[in-house]
Amino acid sequence: MNSVYRARRRRNWIAMSLSLVATLFGLGWLVLILAVLLWEGVGGLSLQVFTEMTPPPGSAGGLLNAIVGSLILTVLAVAIGTPVGILAGTHMAEYGRYEKLTSVVRFINDILLSAPSIVVGLFVYEVMVVPMGHFSGWAGAVALALIVLPVVVRTTEDMLNLVPNPLREAAVALGMPRAYVIRHVCYRAARAGMLTGVLLAVARVSGETAPLLFTALNNQFWGANLNAPMPSLPVVIFQFALSPYEDWQKLAWTGALIITVTVLALTVVARFLAASRKEQ
Amino acid sequence: MNNYAPPPPQVEDRTDDGTELIEGVSIRDLNFYYGSSKALKDVSMSLYKNKATAFIGPSGCGKSTLLRVLNRMYDLYPGQRATGEVMFDGINILSPTQDTNLLRSRIGMVFQKPTPFPMSIYENIALGVRLYERMPRAALDERVESALRRAALWDEVKDKLDTSGLSLSGGQQQRLCIARTVAIKPEVILLDEPCSALDPISTARIEELIDELKADYTIVIVTHNMQQAARVADYTAFMFLGELIEFDSTDRLFTTPRDKRTQDYITGRFG
Repeated sequence: MNSVYRARRRRNWIAMSLSLVATLFGLGWLVLILAVLLWEGVGGLSLQVFTEMTPPPGSAGGLLNAIVGSLILTVLAVAIGTPVGILAGTHMAEYGRYEKLTSVVRFINDILLSAPSIVVGLFVYEVMVVPMGHFSGWAGAVALALIVLPVVVRTTEDMLNLVPNPLREAAVALGMPRAYVIRHVCYRAARAGMLTGVLLAVARVSGETAPLLFTALNNQFWGANLNAPMPSLPVVIFQFALSPYEDWQKLAWTGALIITVTVLALTVVARFLAASRKEQ
Repeated sequence: MNNYAPPPPQVEDRTDDGTELIEGVSIRDLNFYYGSSKALKDVSMSLYKNKATAFIGPSGCGKSTLLRVLNRMYDLYPGQRATGEVMFDGINILSPTQDTNLLRSRIGMVFQKPTPFPMSIYENIALGVRLYERMPRAALDERVESALRRAALWDEVKDKLDTSGLSLSGGQQQRLCIARTVAIKPEVILLDEPCSALDPISTARIEELIDELKADYTIVIVTHNMQQAARVADYTAFMFLGELIEFDSTDRLFTTPRDKRTQDYITGRFG
């Protein structure tokens, strides 16, 4: 073994060790968070959590209204954000690919993507809550939709850009009009990736608290009325965790566990879909 | 280069066995630009009905560009434009008023790499057919079958029409693409190096297929492979640096080329 080779091996060993330490450092916190969540949250898991309303301090109860509220808000946000996002992303990738406007829109979309969610909440507070005079489920859904939107725009555009041009040319060469090519060939090829984007957006909004504080606020009772303040898991966790009551704190841990497991499951499904896309 | 002036590319209007040639597509003074660079210079030639014409020449000579003018594929990209005249069935296809979708349904194209759509074998073919014809399911089934038979693929896929087109081998995928093109009953089929991604056995099958398709279609094939041109084409055009240097029957072009550059190319001295 000559000295050059030995030195290279030494440097390699040092670099590999540092990488490993960095990996363990990053993973360690994640494991700790999950472990604490499980430790504190599992004890509170019971059928009651899913069947009863949030209780006043000192009495038994569950998280039913918060879970249902979160579901309604998330579904609405996705229902508003996804069509707009897919249409915008499609325009950027398919019709405006070579236009200057597209790069401007992409830049602005990236800003929206990384905007602090509390700013989105404040914005919706100003344009919806103040004119309406009260907090509402609608305002919450719109705030969440504004968070869904840039994620869907970005993934739709990226996934459609990944569709190889020869595939588009092949479709066009059969005499298919542009819109037909997009709907029947490009969407088909990009479907898994686009769906992954929507799922990631769902995962992101289902844990958002800040934009809801200014819009949907909270509600201790059953509330499917979108014109009234609406409960949601993240806000309930926020409120209960800060309270001095032990039973509320326990419910907050359980709620946090429910959100985390749901988001984790969604992410795994999204990864699975992305992987199956590659296999094609 | 040299100052040798090429004779105007021309072919007698009769084939060697005396049957009359019918002009299917007539290209006159065609110039093509990628932005400001000129890729085709004053190309004029005829493509004859029910004959196979090959475009040969070194990389970058404009043979693929010429092919992509014939179905206006260049329209998809900004900055690409053509001037001159390409007459097909009495109309100038370069005219801005030409309906490009309709044109492409009459002038089909098969690409260098197989491009099956991400859907079932059946759908790959039916998708294009449904676009221009309304027909009952049974007729559509029949059309799919006859297209697959035409492309010599039916026996291999008849039991798995519902599986993804992507699951086929490269050679089968390319035949699927040919079937897809044939199914919409075009008049001209353009092939852009259709065998360059295939092994010799698949290549031989595709070449056989081209020979059979000539009976019903006008074939234009771009190829890097001179033996392939000699095997499948009735007429061959040699292009160099965006110009059409020589166009003649394949036999004459390969045995008695008139231009020194053609001779150099076919004898392998450059390119």
